[in-house]
Formats: sequence, C-alpha cells, structure tokens
Amino acid sequence: MNLAYRDIRHHWGRFLLTCFGLSLLLGVVLSMIGIYRGLVEDALTLVRAPGVDVWVVEAGTRGPFAEASRIPGDTREAIARLDGVLATGSVTYQALEAYFKGQKKRLYIVGHELNRPGGPREIWHGRPLARSHYEMVADQSSGLKPGDQMMLGRHMFTVVGLTKGQVSSSGDPVVYISLKDSQKLQFELAPPAARREIARGSGTGAIDTVNAVVSRISDNITAERVAQSVRRWKHLAAETQAGQEIILTRSVVERARKQIGLFTSLLLIVSSVIIALIIYTMTMDKLREIATLKLIGASDRTIIGLIVQQALAMGIIGFSFGAFLIYNIKDYFPRRVILQPEDGLALAGAVILVCILASGLGVRLALKVDPAAALGG
Amino acid sequence: MINSPKTPPLVHLKGISKHFGEGDTRVDALKTVNMEVYAGQVVGLLGPSGSGKTTLLNLIGCILEPSEGWISLDGEVVYDNRWMRSNLRQLRLEKIGFIFQFHNLLPFLNSIDNVALILNLAGYSAAKAHHRALELLEYLEVGNRKHAYPAQLSGGEAQRVAIARALANRPRIILADEPTAALDSERAGIVMDLLRKVASEQNAAILAVTHDEKIYDHFDHMFHLRDGNLENNNL
Repeated sequence: MNLAYRDIRHHWGRFLLTCFGLSLLLGVVLSMIGIYRGLVEDALTLVRAPGVDVWVVEAGTRGPFAEASRIPGDTREAIARLDGVLATGSVTYQALEAYFKGQKKRLYIVGHELNRPGGPREIWHGRPLARSHYEMVADQSSGLKPGDQMMLGRHMFTVVGLTKGQVSSSGDPVVYISLKDSQKLQFELAPPAARREIARGSGTGAIDTVNAVVSRISDNITAERVAQSVRRWKHLAAETQAGQEIILTRSVVERARKQIGLFTSLLLIVSSVIIALIIYTMTMDKLREIATLKLIGASDRTIIGLIVQQALAMGIIGFSFGAFLIYNIKDYFPRRVILQPEDGLALAGAVILVCILASGLGVRLALKVDPAAALGG
Repeated sequence: MINSPKTPPLVHLKGISKHFGEGDTRVDALKTVNMEVYAGQVVGLLGPSGSGKTTLLNLIGCILEPSEGWISLDGEVVYDNRWMRSNLRQLRLEKIGFIFQFHNLLPFLNSIDNVALILNLAGYSAAKAHHRALELLEYLEVGNRKHAYPAQLSGGEAQRVAIARALANRPRIILADEPTAALDSERAGIVMDLLRKVASEQNAAILAVTHDEKIYDHFDHMFHLRDGNLENNNL
C-alpha cells in the first residue's frame, strides 16, 4: 500500500494546486535557461549568417560587433588578392529605429554587396536583393512582409524577401540592404549638416567606408594564416570566424549571460527553499498521522517513504507542468527562448535532487515525532 | 480462560517506576507499580488528571522507557531495567493493538485500507490483508462502510473501524485510551460490548484508560491511580 499515493489521491486538488504553483516557478527557471541559450544563439546567428572564415576590421579594435570599426571601402580588393582567399565582401552594421505604420521598430541593418559574402545565407520567403538601391530583406520577427514599404533614413525601402531567426545580440530583427544604401544611411550627412560642412570648407567627406570585410578562404589554407597575413598591415586587424564567435559570446553577451546565470541560480535557490517549506508544511499537517503510524508499528522507512515520495511526485509533476507550459508559450516571449533537451534533463535532475534534499527537513521533523502524541485528545 | 490466575498474565508489571527530571525538578509519575492483566479481561485504568494513567499506558505500550522495573507482555519479558528488544515498533506491531480517544484513523485511507495497513506493515500480501480486514469489519458490523473514508463515518462507526485496526494483526493486548470519550452513552455501551466480545472471543486482554463513569460497569477489574501509586485494586 503506497501511503504517499493514497494521501495525494485524497487531497489531489490541494496537491495539484501546489504542483501548479511550483510549476510556474520551475517554468520561470526553465525559461531563463532558454533565454540564455537564445541570447547566445542570437549573437552567433548574426556572425554565422555570412558563412565566412575571416573578418577584417580596423586595427586595434575587436569589431565589428564588440567595438566600432571603420575601414576604407577598397580594403576588400586588397584582401581579395591574398593567397587562399576565394571571395570577399564589405559589410556594415548599424542599429536603427524606424517607423512602420506609425509604430516604432528597432532594426539591425546589415549592408552588404550583392552576390558577395556578407548577405543572408538563406531566404525564407520572397527573393534576395536584386537591385542595388532601396530594396530590403527583413527578418520575419520584424513583422514586415514582402511588398511592405518603410522609410530608412531619407529613403523609402521595399521589402522583397524574409529571413527567419536572424536577430542581433540584443534581439533586434536584422534587415539586409545593399552596401551603398547602408553607407549612405550610416555615413551620409543630412543636407543641412552637409551644407554646413561645405561652408566650413571641409567637404561632405567620403562615404566609401565599411565596418568590416569578410572573406571565404580555400580549403588549402587555414583561416589563422590568412588572418596573420592581414595583421601585417598596420591599419587592419583580422579575426577568424571562431575568434569572432568567442568575442561575441565571451564579450558582447558575457554580462547578460552572467546576469541570467545568476538569476537562474537565485531562482533555483528560491525554488529549493519553497519546495522545502511546502514539504515541511505538508509534514506538519500530518504529525498526528505520523505519530499514529509510529505507534501502530510503521517503520521509519515507511514514514520517510511517505514524505520523500510525495516530495518527488511534487517535483516531477511541477517540473512537467512547467516544461509543458514554457514549451507552449516560448514563442510569445519578446526574445528567443531555446529549450534544449539536455537543459531540460539537467533541470529535472536538479529538481529531483532539490526535492530529496528539501524533504530532509520534513523527514527530520517526522522522525522526531513522539508516537505518544497519538494518544490523548 | 477469563480472568484466570492459572494462566500467566498477558500484561505483567513488577516494580515499575517512572520519574521525569532530576533533583529539585524531579517528578515521580509512577511509584513502584505492580499489575497483572489476564487474557479475556477488560480492565479499566482510572484516576484523576496527572495521576499517571497516560504514563502507565505509554510504558505498557513500549512508547516510554521506565526508570526501573520489569515488564512482560504476552509471555515475553520486554523490559528488565532495559529494553530487551531494539525494535520496539516491531514489538508493538506484533503484540499490542491501540484504540484511541479520537479513533486516529488515517484520513486518506478508507475503512478497509485503514485496517489492512497494519497487516501490510506486518508483511501480509495485499490480497490477504484485504481479506482479513473485510472479515474484521464484518465482525464489527461495519463491513458495509468498507469504502467510506473516516470523515464519512459516524463517531461510533469510526471507533469500530479503529477497533478492527487494533485487532488486525491478532494482538493479545489491546490498549485503549479513552475509547468512549467522543461517544454518547448508547454508542459508548456498544463499543464496550464490542471490546468485551473481542476480549472473550479473541482471548485478549483489554486495558482501557477512562474517565467515563458510564462504562465502569463494563470492566472486570478497575485499577485506580493516584499520585503515581496504584491503589484500590478492586475486582
């Protein structure tokens, strides 16, 4: 006869309500882990999108994501001539706020050269850029659709295609436009400012500037060797694809990663305390029954089983509810939430461990109950 | 068999004392108590509050350790200035049935499972335990309430189920703590008649602590406790 099961069955409403409360808490823990995974994935998505091997940026910087980088637009031609380089492309990156149908949208603009590395790897819907001006490919998370028109800077752009899952490390949807458009957007002065600069005699300045040059290399040469070749030029710095990914995960999103990690740890501690308190309270409610069980001859094993099994049932049901809930609502989160099976299993293991440890408080209380407490009024 | 001094007593206490605290704070709850209760007897343990009734019940129930003395239960010496067994819960499971003032049935088990629980603890298979539990419930005329939970039972029905639980493992000693305190006169009489039936048919000794004067007539023998002394041993 399983006493834990019988007790749960008798008070199933209260027990399920407790499990539901716990499931919300564990759901939050799981979603925090998912947000962390999403954060890293988002950061890497952007750097992996061009599918390149070497990133060339301004000397002394770790651009273009961790730091600002500006290099001349003709750098691409110099890089293209290096031994082992198969293809190169110039790119620009900038965050921008624009309005669409009266609503403010934060976008992350990537400028790239048509038919060169730097653009989106895959078009989910519509077509890639075909004209060198005023076309854009947006991520579907922006809410834009092919045919939509939107002002970027001083020009109206038309959406021609959509990508999927392309967001910046801060979660903003990525928009691809041509390099020339992006250079104008980033470097061209507004007419009044340009007139003022001309009046000062300094001209409007060259706008053939890019944030980075990306390149694909041959299988016969390593990315590090090409990067070393680039580093010989004093005005340039180079990073391999692996190095760029490390910069992103260990630098750009590091603080956010630590923040989420700390918050997740705190939530786990809070969950442990709450589970311990629930089990303690459940045990307190059963002191007379435990005293009776001891008096009529039940072993400590039977009593410990009653408490630990209930704690485990609560943890497992709570975790399952929580995982089910988060799995079904994860797409409604403002940021990407990635639930990986190994994270779920690790959390389930942690919950089971926490339940066993937390039930120690209830077990301790139960073992101290005097069987004589069952006698008398 | 009833009340026969020729057979060894089922409950036999010699020189049992119990004190709490030491020095100025010492309280002598029981002072050199001697007692014999035989198979088939229904015995009352009476006395004012604080006289040591519950302490004596706890000592016989192997819940509390005496300060000194000797106890034999169902022919086995269980205490001789020290416990003779290490597992006292097993001892209680084998030899003693308990009946409580407020039945103390487990609220999450129905009547049949409350009775079968003792048998499960004693190692019976589920089928055998249920068969025996049903047999006892029918014997105590509450078989029709076998699926009812304690909260669904009347006071008298709950106490009958509690008696069935006390008898489940065929103990020969039944300790009852105010078994009729929560019942009216009619139901108290029925419960005492049942205990009498159990004592004679199961050849058991029943020791009941009570303040309930309306059931004094049902006892074969009454022990009076006053200030830790067993007195007025009237038969």
